[in-house]
Amino acid sequence: MSRTAENYRGYNFAYLDEQTKRMIRRAILKAIAIPGYQVPFASREMPMPYGWGTGGVQVTAAILGPTDVLKVIDQGADDTTNAVSIRQFFEKTAGVETTTETEKATVIQTRHRIPEAKLQAHQVLVYQVPIPEPLRFLEPRETETRTLHALAEYGLMHVRLYEDIAQHGHIAKTYAYPVLVADRYVMDPSPIPKFDNPKMHESAALQLFGAGREKRIYAIPPHTKVVSLDFEDHPFEATKFDQPCALCGATDSYLDEVITDDRGGRMFVCSDTHHCETRRAEGHVGTLGTPVTEAAE
Amino acid sequence: MTNLSASPLLVAEGLSKFYGLRIGCRNVSFALEPGEVLAIVGESGSGKTTLLNLLSGQLAPDAGAVRYRMRDGETKNLLDLTEAERRFLARTDWGFVHQDARNGLRMGVSAGGNIGERLMGVGDRHYGRIRETAQGWLSRVEIDISRIDDKPTQFSGGMRQRLQIARNLVTHPRLVFMDEPTGGLDVSVQARLLDLIRGLVADLGLAVVLVTHDLSVARLLSHRILVMKDGHVIEAGLTDRVLDDPQEAYTQLLVSSVLAA
Repeated sequence: MSRTAENYRGYNFAYLDEQTKRMIRRAILKAIAIPGYQVPFASREMPMPYGWGTGGVQVTAAILGPTDVLKVIDQGADDTTNAVSIRQFFEKTAGVETTTETEKATVIQTRHRIPEAKLQAHQVLVYQVPIPEPLRFLEPRETETRTLHALAEYGLMHVRLYEDIAQHGHIAKTYAYPVLVADRYVMDPSPIPKFDNPKMHESAALQLFGAGREKRIYAIPPHTKVVSLDFEDHPFEATKFDQPCALCGATDSYLDEVITDDRGGRMFVCSDTHHCETRRAEGHVGTLGTPVTEAAE
Repeated sequence: MTNLSASPLLVAEGLSKFYGLRIGCRNVSFALEPGEVLAIVGESGSGKTTLLNLLSGQLAPDAGAVRYRMRDGETKNLLDLTEAERRFLARTDWGFVHQDARNGLRMGVSAGGNIGERLMGVGDRHYGRIRETAQGWLSRVEIDISRIDDKPTQFSGGMRQRLQIARNLVTHPRLVFMDEPTGGLDVSVQARLLDLIRGLVADLGLAVVLVTHDLSVARLLSHRILVMKDGHVIEAGLTDRVLDDPQEAYTQLLVSSVLAA
C-alpha cells in the first residue's frame, strides 16, 4: 500500500504518459464547461479489455495525484474482480493510498452504482461508461445523433419512453435511465440503476464519465440540475424495495438479490458493501444478519 | 379553397442543381398557393426528385432560391434559415411522404409512437394526450385503433403508407411533399389511398407538392401540373388543360402512353 511509483520505474505515475494525461484533462475541462456534452478524446489502449472500465481508468489516471485516496467499486461492491484489479492497478502504477471507505476517498471510480453515502465537495466520482450515446439504439448514425444533440431535438428519447408505457403500462427502464443535464443535454448516466438518478442532481461532488471504447468523456459539474426524463402523467419514480437489507436492515439503500441455495432460497442485501458494513458495525442487524460483536473479530 | 388574396405559400425562383456536368434540374420557377396541389410529372431521371429535394430544403441548389411563407406570415428564403429552423419547419409545418414507407417511418417503433414522435418533438410531455391524438389519427386514416401498439413491420404496404401520412399530418402542417405516394401498391389499395389523400387534402386545406410518374394520380389529386424532361420544366398549366390538351410533343407522348383501363 505504501509503495511509491519509484518502485516501478518502468511506469510513469498512474500508467499514462504526461502528454496523454494532458489530452484527457483538456477533454475533462471541456466536458465540465459543457455539462452533459460528450467530448471526443483520443482513448488509449489500456492493459485491460474494452468493457472492463478502460474509459474510467483513463479518467482516473488523468486526475489522480500522489495525495489522492482511491476507492473503486463495481456494482457497489469493493470486493469484486473488476474493483479489486483496478484498485491494485493504481496501487502499483501510482502508489496512491486506496480505501473501501466512501468518506475517506477523494476519487471514487465506479461501475454501475453511486455510493449510498452523500458525496462531498472534495470528492470526484468517475463512472465507467459502456455506451455514452443515449440515442444510440434509436438512431444508429453518429452524424445524426450529434445533430440531434446540437439542436436539442430530443423528441426521440421520449418516443422510447412512450414505447415502454405502451408496452408495459409504465416506464420500464430501470437502469441507464436518461437524464437532462442543466436543461440542455440529454445524457446517459451509464448503467446505474434509476434508484441512483436523484443522487446526481445538485451533487456536491464532481462527476466524470469515461467511455474508452467509444472514446467519449462527459461530466456533471458540482451542483448541477439533473432531471430524469418522464411524462407529466407518468412521472419518474426511483425504484423502491418492499423489504429491508437482510444483513443490515437498511430500508433506504439499493438491494441486490443473492441466491443462497438451489432450492429457491434468496436474500436481498445492500449492493453498496461499505454502506452495509458501516451499518452493521453501528449495530444494525437485518433478518438474516448476525450481530457484529467483539467476539466475532 | 385556394385563397387568391393571400401571397403564395412557396415560391421557387430559377432553381438549378447540377451533378457535375449533368443537369439535375435547371431554372425551375413556380409559385404554390396555400391549399393548392401541384403535381410534378415526368419519366424516371427527369429531375422530379431532385426538384422535390430542393424544394424541401434537403438539397442546396446551385442557383436560385426557395421562398416560404412562415406561419407568422413572413416570407423567408429557405437557404437563409439555420439548420435548426429548417428542421423545425420540416417537422411541424411540413410533411414528407416517401414512396417507401420504410424511409418515412420508424420501423422498430409502434404505430402510436410513430404518430406521437412529432408531438413529443415539439414538447408534448403528456402520455395520455399523445395516445389519444394517435388514436384519433389512426381512425382518420382508417387503421383499426387496436393496432396502435403494433409495429409497422406487421403492417401491409397500404397500411404503412396510411400510417406515414398520419405521422406527417399530426402537427397540422400546411405543406406536404409526396414522392410517389402510391408507388408499389396494387390498384385497389392505390384507389383507397388516393381517396384518403384527396379527402384529407380537402379537409385540412393542405398544399401538396406531389411527384409522380402516374398521370392518373396527378389527374385525380392535383390542380396544376409541371411536366419535366431532362431537368427542365417543359410544360406547366392546370391539370385538366395539360392532360386533355398537351402542347409539347413530349407531353403528348406521355399522355398518349397511358394505358386505357
